[in-house]
Amino acid sequence: MDSSPHDHGDDGADSAPPAAYRSEVTLSVNGKPHTLLIDHRRVLLDLLREDLDLTGAKKGCDHGQCGACTVLVDGRRVNSCLQLAVSLDGCDVLTVEGLTEGDQLHPLQRAFLDRDAFQCGYCTPGQICSAVGVLAEAAAGHPSHATGPATPPGRPVPLDAAEIRERLSGNLCRCGAYPHIVEAVQDVAL
Amino acid sequence: MKPFGYLRATTVQEAVQALAAHPGARCLGGGTNLVDLMKLGVERPGFLVEVNRLPLDTVAELADGSLRVGATVRNSDLAAHPLVRDRYPALSQALLAGASGQLRNAATTGGNLLQRTRCPYFQDVSKPCNKRVPGSGCGARDGTHRDHAVLGHSDHCIATHPSDMAVALAALDARVELYGTEGARSVPVAEFHRLPGDRPELDTVIRPGELITGVVLPAATASLPSAYRKARDRASYAFALASVAAVLHLSDDGTVAQVGLAFGALAHRPWRATRAEEALRGGPATPDAFAHAVDLELRAARPLRDNGYKVGLARGLALDVLTRLATPART
Repeated sequence: MDSSPHDHGDDGADSAPPAAYRSEVTLSVNGKPHTLLIDHRRVLLDLLREDLDLTGAKKGCDHGQCGACTVLVDGRRVNSCLQLAVSLDGCDVLTVEGLTEGDQLHPLQRAFLDRDAFQCGYCTPGQICSAVGVLAEAAAGHPSHATGPATPPGRPVPLDAAEIRERLSGNLCRCGAYPHIVEAVQDVAL
Repeated sequence: MKPFGYLRATTVQEAVQALAAHPGARCLGGGTNLVDLMKLGVERPGFLVEVNRLPLDTVAELADGSLRVGATVRNSDLAAHPLVRDRYPALSQALLAGASGQLRNAATTGGNLLQRTRCPYFQDVSKPCNKRVPGSGCGARDGTHRDHAVLGHSDHCIATHPSDMAVALAALDARVELYGTEGARSVPVAEFHRLPGDRPELDTVIRPGELITGVVLPAATASLPSAYRKARDRASYAFALASVAAVLHLSDDGTVAQVGLAFGALAHRPWRATRAEEALRGGPATPDAFAHAVDLELRAARPLRDNGYKVGLARGLALDVLTRLATPART
């Protein structure tokens, strides 16, 4: 069991907040259980990076606009910068670090390498986690803004380039590596 | 961020009691707007009531053919629900036109209705804003207001409501279900949000301590042709500059039997176009009739210095959507 001795305030306070402002939370991160006493203000992104030393998820905008912090919670992609950790009691969190199995890269990680789908790489963990979510959503039959009205509900949605671009629009790449990112995701989706 | 107390409510009763016990408390659903506003210092609640564990996470068909959507159903799940896609396509389309995949996975039905304006003056605590600090003035009126209201605004506030979902719900005659210490009540979505008047700090008619428990889509608009169209600055993941939701049912003789029309991003609330609807009901479903009706509605527009483009944009969107709905083979 881990515990968090750190202060989590954003206001620069250097003492732990009173008990009324902290709660115990149990959550699993990449398959490993953690029980932590958490300042209610702590967001998942800061918990991962500063308490658990999982620095794959990146802090870009910190306002849910760039997608660099994307992780999967209970199998669904979310912006970890907007998730209060205290609200995730009992949840399973998967970060980019949890996608590999031993030395075996996830097919999307392999495809990003094969397609050279990055330049600076800062947005890449978020892009990859988001793409993992996209594949699951499309397989579950979730439509997107790019899905034709004739597509039957409840059936897997084929992912062409337009679908991938639309579904990944919550992940910004300031280097503009989008063409290769779309190709990499398409390689795995096919 | 200011420290705050926290309760994981498991029943509606427990949530409502906690809201009553902690005046100024906020409900936490997906947190996609609230947590952001707390980081910005716009929202400074002393207590949060988490509503994610309430038994309000299902979409259920009721005996009268209506569809009840629990308040904590996620935007992505609602958009993908087979009954929603089949019977209320405008709602599914509106949800999918909003935000990003990540945000839709977290955002709830109730939270979507209660999200705050994205007016940059509201979101910046160093700027005057009558909605955030009543009496402090409006920075947008003579400032940057290209995205702001053209209908129903006041001297005090020119903000728009940012939801896509609520625009479709308004056109579909949906109702919001509320529960508070005084019991349950329901309000039409089209009347849930307020116009700013001289109380712009009040976005909606929700009472202090009241909780949204769900939204009901009526049987009367189920399976009618409906659609949502949105214009924005980029192809995806941007708020509307203008949007339209419409429901249109034609009689056998081709005249308008039933019509619902609502505009988004033009006002402090989803703008139900009742004048246009009255003009259309019982009349021909022709491009000329649509243009006449929409112009009648938009005659009330009072654009500001830099947002006059919205009137023509909304007009074009409405004519396109109505014309497509009147021509089923092309939708």
